[in-house]
Amino acid sequence: MAAVFQPIAPRPAPIRTTGFVAWVRRNLFGDWKSTVTTAIIALVAIVYLPRILDWAVFHAVFGANLAACNEARGTGACWGVISEKHRFIIFGRYPYDQQWRPELATALMMALLVASCMRRFWHWWLAPLWIVVMAVYFLLMRGGALGLSYVATDNWGGLPLTIMLATLGILFAFPIAIVVALGRRSNMPAIRSLCIVYVELIRGVPLISVLFMASFLFPLFVPVGMSPDVLLRVLIGITLFAAAYLAETIRGGLQAVPKGQIEAAATLGLSYWQTQRKIVLPQALAIVVPSIVNSFIGIFKDTSLVTIVSLYELTGAMSLALNSDADWRPFKIEAYLFITLIYFAFCFAMSRYSLWVEKQVSASKNR
Amino acid sequence: MAEPIIRFEKVNKWYGDNFHVLRDIDLSVEPGERIVICGPSGSGKSTLIRCINRLEEHQEGRITVDGTEMTDDVKAIDKVRKQVGMVFQQFNLFPHLTVLENLTLAPMWVGKMPKKDAEENAMKQLERVKIAVQAKKYPLQLSGGQQQRVAIARALCLKPKIMLFDEPTSALDPEMIKEVLDVMIELAGQGITMLCVTHEMGFAKAVANRVIFMDQGQIVEENNPHDFFDHPKSERTKDFLSKILGH
Repeated sequence: MAAVFQPIAPRPAPIRTTGFVAWVRRNLFGDWKSTVTTAIIALVAIVYLPRILDWAVFHAVFGANLAACNEARGTGACWGVISEKHRFIIFGRYPYDQQWRPELATALMMALLVASCMRRFWHWWLAPLWIVVMAVYFLLMRGGALGLSYVATDNWGGLPLTIMLATLGILFAFPIAIVVALGRRSNMPAIRSLCIVYVELIRGVPLISVLFMASFLFPLFVPVGMSPDVLLRVLIGITLFAAAYLAETIRGGLQAVPKGQIEAAATLGLSYWQTQRKIVLPQALAIVVPSIVNSFIGIFKDTSLVTIVSLYELTGAMSLALNSDADWRPFKIEAYLFITLIYFAFCFAMSRYSLWVEKQVSASKNR
Repeated sequence: MAEPIIRFEKVNKWYGDNFHVLRDIDLSVEPGERIVICGPSGSGKSTLIRCINRLEEHQEGRITVDGTEMTDDVKAIDKVRKQVGMVFQQFNLFPHLTVLENLTLAPMWVGKMPKKDAEENAMKQLERVKIAVQAKKYPLQLSGGQQQRVAIARALCLKPKIMLFDEPTSALDPEMIKEVLDVMIELAGQGITMLCVTHEMGFAKAVANRVIFMDQGQIVEENNPHDFFDHPKSERTKDFLSKILGH
């Protein structure tokens, strides 16, 4: 008897492998261990989430209403403190009616910063543009010209100060770090020792003492009136501090570049600087992108230490805003959560950018 | 007789205090000569050719390359390196640059050649090693044999008088060795001076004017390939040849 061809109609797979249900099954209940973990986390969430939501949303006071806030104390958050104090938290002691200046100046700098991170803007004119924008920045901030009133640097504060210290700190520290990292691998003993001493000295001291020395110790050794502005001294302190750490990160990358690369460049007749610039650094920096961004994020948050020398950046301005007002002082936690969110937004952006750079780097290498 | 293009006179070299890696090396290479250097590992053969472009420094004796004595003088080293191309066992291509960029880098930055000319010249060299279609790829996307041919093309871009090969086929899969050797044989027919550290005895027989056998930092024996393989003089050479040709 001849077999008769029986076509079988297609049917869907018995267990779905795509979609929400499949994702939950695979990731939350894959085996007994993840099932138990999921159960524990769910339990914790069921117990605590309502309490958190109660505090943060349902019993919270959103308007700048002090009486309502005081009534809700202990049961609900007082977000009113933010609507009441946000100008002071964000701009610090900068004169109230002039706060459009730091706003505009920082917006300009941020725009250029974001543009500098994008490949399509990588042109030679980016460097002169930075110089122009920084000149405009300081003109706006400092004033004293073009009809702008003069604002002394110790009145600058809040988020603009945080962003400016971090941006300039990173911008200046990076080239210094490259030179120091190369110097530590130099054949010339004097240069090598100098770089080692610099890195070890700075690394052996907390940033807070570096800032302290920059602010209080340094002026003792120069003639009265000759000492540079406190902001400049602090910026130099942050830059030198950051550069030492970055230098070690970059040195790690330099060591990962095989010796054969340098030999190949040498046989082609490339000079030392050509070899570093064209062959070694592109590969070394690509290897340590995650650690470099790690350092950048560290620098951004470390700027909060400048409060020690009476410069009120974001954290300092927040403390100042609440400590100076006994009525609102009890609601510091809400204010802290507010600046936490700001710090997180910036750091998270840097971390996402780092992922993008890593992807670009590995793409050029393997594909 | 022509002036030798490379001359070693009583050259000695040590690694550290106690490892005497080159011992009383005397060697003259005529322009256009093709020399194969062989010997067991650790015999100093790689060190010997690496002294020619001063990837290694010697401590005693004189090395003269194309009329320039190799000393600490950076200018002299630069001058010699422009005349000497080198191919490494591990290829040492620049992985962050495309094949074409690997080839144009030195002509543009060292030779100050305009980009267009450098690319034209690079494509010519890539055609010579039969790999022009891969110009836009990155080195790690190529096979080992292709990478080594790119490395040869890269060295040729500077139009060297001398080519040094440091075990160019030792890191390759057996089936890729031939494509690299074919390129080297083609090169040998064009009058360039070649020094090649290799264990490819077929290549030695096909193209070498002279085979040098080294052991323990010394030149044990040198001869034309015919006599070297068929009538080796020293016992050490016979022993070595029996091991590498024995199967």
